[in-house]
Amino acid sequence: MVGKKSSEVLTAAPRRRPLSSWAIRHFSTAIAALGRLSRQPFASLMTVLVIGVTLALPAAMHLVIKNAQVISASWDNALDFSVYLRTDVSLADAERLVNIVSQRADVENVTLIAAADALAEFREQSGFGEALDHLSVNPLPHTLVVRPSAANTEVSMGLLNEELGNLPEADFVQVDTEWVQRFHAILDILERAIAIGAALLAAAIVVIIGNTIRLDIQNRREEIEVTKLIGASNAFVRRPFLYIGMWYGLGGGVLALLLVGYGLYALKEPIARLSGLYSSPFAALALDFSESLIIAGAGIVLGLVGSWVAAARHMRRIEPR
Amino acid sequence: MIRIEEVTKRYPGGHDALKGLSLHVEKGEMVFVTGHSGAGKSTLLRLIALIDRPTGGQVIVDGQNTRRITRRKIPAYRRQIGMVFQDHKLLYDRPVFDNVALPLIIAGLDHREAGRKVRAALDQVSLLHKEKQSPETLSSGEQQRVGIARAIVSRPKLLIADEPTGNLDPDLSLEVMRIFRRFNEVGVTLLIASHDIALIDQLGCRRIALADGALEVQREEDPVAEYVERLEAEQERERW
Repeated sequence: MVGKKSSEVLTAAPRRRPLSSWAIRHFSTAIAALGRLSRQPFASLMTVLVIGVTLALPAAMHLVIKNAQVISASWDNALDFSVYLRTDVSLADAERLVNIVSQRADVENVTLIAAADALAEFREQSGFGEALDHLSVNPLPHTLVVRPSAANTEVSMGLLNEELGNLPEADFVQVDTEWVQRFHAILDILERAIAIGAALLAAAIVVIIGNTIRLDIQNRREEIEVTKLIGASNAFVRRPFLYIGMWYGLGGGVLALLLVGYGLYALKEPIARLSGLYSSPFAALALDFSESLIIAGAGIVLGLVGSWVAAARHMRRIEPR
Repeated sequence: MIRIEEVTKRYPGGHDALKGLSLHVEKGEMVFVTGHSGAGKSTLLRLIALIDRPTGGQVIVDGQNTRRITRRKIPAYRRQIGMVFQDHKLLYDRPVFDNVALPLIIAGLDHREAGRKVRAALDQVSLLHKEKQSPETLSSGEQQRVGIARAIVSRPKLLIADEPTGNLDPDLSLEVMRIFRRFNEVGVTLLIASHDIALIDQLGCRRIALADGALEVQREEDPVAEYVERLEAEQERERW
């Protein structure tokens, strides 16, 4: 009876061995690791909480930058070009030019500020009114204020700038982009700072998980010794700890997403009120699917790295005595 | 099955546990190693299980020179040997079934396949009805039988046991020895360290006596010494 059974096993085993049993073994180890965590819910939750908050910080900062970039991108296209015409260009020529320029596809509309109007405005606002009275001629040129269409890219804006400057009537073209460029530069710096911060926080997560796993390994020292004694390889003993690390990381990643999501929800109304005041349709962007995957994936990878480091350092030293 | 050639073992600190020991155990034999504590019984078993390495000499198990087994290959080597310990070395956080299944899980068997073998092993030590219990709820004798079931579940050709009856009373000891005997009858080679000479004599197996890290010098028939030895063994058993 027994002999028959064992011969059955011998013939059946090689056919079934390869992938499915490997996967089943890993799956059951993963589930067992999850079960072990759920038996100490408080301690596990604390670890997940620390990792979640640590991951949520860079994720939230990334979101702030991302939204700031969206807002500033809309400013880019709202820039106007001031085309100062040569002083010898007549008002009639200037008006004809308005018609020509406003027919361009990349131009939304063109406003003409006549030299006389400009002088009147200047007189009113500068306080040099009387001094200006002594001028025999108006020193100000006619000016076209060209508003580019919203579809323009950075490249086509540059092209438009150049072509406006090449108009025979144009003296020079001014674009007030400096402050936007400064804003972009600040965003770039912030983005890099966040990347550095994220790297440091990632290292912190590796250390946190590594330390948690190290304690776990110490608590289960006897079990590890016994399993090694009956022929378990290092890989076999290490596997449950790697899965525990993975679960910590995944839990932390999901928690980070929840925290960021809740933060955004809490800010939704004030943001709507503010954009209402600017009569802007802006609504804060949330993390998209791939960004969410990256955060959860980062949690998993960091969890695995942390537990791997701990296991590699401490497992080898535990040998049967 | 086991060839020990001129083996010495010196522990750090200079203590010589084995001093040029040589012995052979044939395939299918059931051999007891006896001797006082400190005679080198445990050291011998540790060398066979590769928990320790010999300082000198050769340990050859089933044709493999253990000197050539690298650290990475130790797990696969240990899986060929069943081991029984005085303190059972069970895992108390999981039921009897899982304890016995552990060597099979380590070897990569799936649960269905393992289940059959585990039940067969538990049946052989008459503990089939306790597979779901925690080892903590079992008596010492039952725990030792779980340990034995774990040692034989993957059907090793060699089984080594270090004082397997050390914590058991005479009746339970005899029962454990009978279980070993049955394995021996189906071809398993057994090497058992024990000081329970009376029990060993009852079984009528070969006995290798160690003293001070070497084979004990064979004495002439000495009824008085034999009587004293028997008396000592009796006393030792009564202590448990």
